[in-house]
Amino acid sequence: MRTADLVTAAVLMLVGGVVLADAVRLGIGWGQEGPRSGFFPFWLATLMILISAVVLVQAARRSATRPFATRDQLRPVAKVLGPLLGFVLVTDPPGPWTGLGLYVAAGLYLGFYMRWVGRHRWLPVAALSVAVPVIAFVVFEEWFLVPMPKGPLEDWLGY
Amino acid sequence: MGLENLFLGFQVAITPFNVFIALVGVLLGTIIGVLPGLGGANGVAILLPLTFTMPPTSAIILLTSIYWGALFGGAITSVLFNIPGEPWSVATTFDGYPLARQGESGQALTTAFTSSFVGAFFSIVLITFFAPILAELALRFGPPEFFAIQLLTFSSFVGLGGGNPLKSLITILLGFILASVGLDIVTGQLRLTFGFTDLMKGFDFIVAVIGLFGIGEILLSVEEGLRFQGAQARMSPRVVLDTWRKLPRYWRTFVRGSVIGFWMGFKPGGATPASFMSYAFAKRFAKHPERFGKGELEGIVAPETAAHAAGVAAMLPMITLGIPGSPTAAVMLGGLIIWGLQPGPMLFVDNPDFVWGLIASMYTGNVLGVLMVLTLVPLFAAILRIPFAILTPLIVVVCAIGAYAVHTSMIDIWYMAIFGVIGYVFKKLDYPLAPLVLALVLGDMAENALRQSLIMSHGSLLIFFTRPITAVITAAAIFFFALPVITPHWRRWREAAAGRHA
Repeated sequence: MRTADLVTAAVLMLVGGVVLADAVRLGIGWGQEGPRSGFFPFWLATLMILISAVVLVQAARRSATRPFATRDQLRPVAKVLGPLLGFVLVTDPPGPWTGLGLYVAAGLYLGFYMRWVGRHRWLPVAALSVAVPVIAFVVFEEWFLVPMPKGPLEDWLGY
Repeated sequence: MGLENLFLGFQVAITPFNVFIALVGVLLGTIIGVLPGLGGANGVAILLPLTFTMPPTSAIILLTSIYWGALFGGAITSVLFNIPGEPWSVATTFDGYPLARQGESGQALTTAFTSSFVGAFFSIVLITFFAPILAELALRFGPPEFFAIQLLTFSSFVGLGGGNPLKSLITILLGFILASVGLDIVTGQLRLTFGFTDLMKGFDFIVAVIGLFGIGEILLSVEEGLRFQGAQARMSPRVVLDTWRKLPRYWRTFVRGSVIGFWMGFKPGGATPASFMSYAFAKRFAKHPERFGKGELEGIVAPETAAHAAGVAAMLPMITLGIPGSPTAAVMLGGLIIWGLQPGPMLFVDNPDFVWGLIASMYTGNVLGVLMVLTLVPLFAAILRIPFAILTPLIVVVCAIGAYAVHTSMIDIWYMAIFGVIGYVFKKLDYPLAPLVLALVLGDMAENALRQSLIMSHGSLLIFFTRPITAVITAAAIFFFALPVITPHWRRWREAAAGRHA
């Protein structure tokens, strides 16, 4: 817990430093129409650096007690976070690659998760990973006209 | 003038379509409140895009009904599963869960719902009368007054939030910093973008809410293993009626809880301290305080009444001043802007049908809500029996859809994931998330108010002390900011004084 507290406070100070630099570039004083663009961020960043420094000192003075998270706690967290990031990547990866779109990615994600974590049988896995994206498609694209990222499958189907 | 306006509002709120919308909202909201990882704020945020094509009054009725539903749903998880869905439901678990374990879950739930309803109703009545007065007063406010109110808003997080006040301050500052990323509308300069075009649009607080509260909450809750478990829900009309017969004897607790809830609630972050304060008072004045924590009905009445009175009271500054009192109210405020309405006191002048329709729908929504949860409890409890491996990906997908729909932008889904991790780490380290969200929402408004005030005063901060209303509000804000510093001294002084008498 202590290490995590120290790291977080240090990162926050770093963020403050970055903001401070940009605020100074923008001008922190008085311009033609009142305070300039960097005025407000400058004071925010200054305060944040100072307060984070105090939190850092507070954390450093405390003795390390319990860990931020035990191995047993982190494993399930990673089991949720990993597939989540996979799902976002498959939906639309950054860079030149084309993604499969949200609906296909959601189906794959649900199916993978049910099989891998829940150890459900293949029949419910297949049924739900088709049904859920189809229902979501009808609700969002057809009823509420909210478009989601689409991929080759939707192109092929003519949407 | 209040009553005829309310009558006008009811004409808007009781059209068949709007009643239908309210029913759907309460149903969705309760489901959201029951689901782990989803609560009032991110539930409203996810469903916000669905309202873009609705008339504003129906849209706000949908969102507020979701909010009422989520508040009721939080009570279900607290009582049956010992999982407080929101921080202000923590005190409800103290007596609610033991009672459910004794096989009296029906009694516990009926008490929780009824108390919620009473607390909410009390606050709605007060809002009906105070909102127009406050709005009229606020019409005369200038930038210095608004900045002072913002200061008060954030000071109450620091002063009343509990935990480390420095960490509250840091999340407030971080929220303001995130809000200032992108185009500065006053000077037209790009700020904190460092050449990345994706950063030009800035960070949308709705995405932040979905990530911080939704994804972050899921990550936190799975630490204890990939499952949820709880008590059975038994509910019958007889149990409801029997419980209602017992409740009137706690009328003092009802009144005390409502008053504490309303008083704490219109200040931000007030719902959680209100619920604990109400619980503590009920225990202190009870004939048998030793029964508290073992399944005492009064121990459910007290926190639930206060939490809901506070939850509703959080809407008061949102509709009258345009300053939300809670993250959920903040999301609704974002909705107002998207629907093309200008939040703040002018709403009462320009859109009376909207404001009064909203206030009237608070009455109808809560009446519908309490009837609905009482009849549908087994259904809602069944949701938590959906296997974990199905529920988790479903919630994640729904969160992603909500985040994407705000601006139909892929980068927002990535931001959601990043905010999820930040939310997880911050929660573990006791950095409060609500102030961050509120600062992100109010950032532009606060900065503009500050800049305009400084232009008015040619750069002197004294303007916040020389105008009478501003001076009072600023003084209150400074008091709250200083509260964490004063309290230990005050306590030591009192102990010393008590020692001298003894």
